[in-house]
Amino acid sequence: MLYEQELKTFVEGTTNFFEVTAQQPATLGSPYLMEGSPAVHEYTGVINISGKREGVVYFTAPKAMLTVLLMKMQEHDFSHETMRDLVGEVANTISGNARRDFGRDFVISVPSVLTGDKKPEIPKKPGLRSFIIPINWRSHSAKLVVSLT
Amino acid sequence: MNGKARRSLKLMIVDDSNIMRRRIERSQQFEELELVGTAGNGEDALELFRKTDPDVVTMDLTMPRMDGIECIGRLVALKPSIRILVISALADKATAVEAMEKGANGFLNKPFTDRQLNEAIAELMS
Repeated sequence: MLYEQELKTFVEGTTNFFEVTAQQPATLGSPYLMEGSPAVHEYTGVINISGKREGVVYFTAPKAMLTVLLMKMQEHDFSHETMRDLVGEVANTISGNARRDFGRDFVISVPSVLTGDKKPEIPKKPGLRSFIIPINWRSHSAKLVVSLT
Repeated sequence: MNGKARRSLKLMIVDDSNIMRRRIERSQQFEELELVGTAGNGEDALELFRKTDPDVVTMDLTMPRMDGIECIGRLVALKPSIRILVISALADKATAVEAMEKGANGFLNKPFTDRQLNEAIAELMS
């Protein structure tokens, strides 16, 4: 069972990125639970977690949202590589927050990036459900998915 | 003379993210810093160091091939007077302490604002 504080750490890592980098805070939609892996957007930054908990945490965002975010960062390169870079940085921030708050209880991987409709692998454990937290920013919506034992 | 302040310190930016390298380059406002190159990992940073002999370095920690912690140690061994600002998403105290023990002079967490970056560089050079 995930604790509220653990979820908060992942959420804050995500919203903090928008607030600091784009100077415009993101808002949270209503979180929900589901079994299996939810649909992903075009770009997904993933961290794998083991130790006290096992599973994945990922941030998945549509290209349109990332494009606007890059514009807010005064970036002029909107290539595929730059989009990958950006979701990787969001995942990196989530990972950094988790390391700070959870210490050595959690072993957190270096972030990886998936593109297209490739989904991160979620551990096949009975009863494991994913928390999905919509991350809304301007007119766009991304998802933070926390799927941990 | 073109009227600009004389550039007197050489800057190297090390980060595996293209976005972050460009962001640091664009946001830093010190005329006395001349960018001599950027690198995407520790190995390339060492090679660039040998060619350009930078005075000031911004250093990411999580990078492929050679991470920032190892690279800091190697750079300090080659040039003890080098000034290194770690810019990393790794926000835990143990990581910051490890970087400082290797010879880093400052630590800035990602994500950062332009103001935070410039304050950290100013402190590094003071």
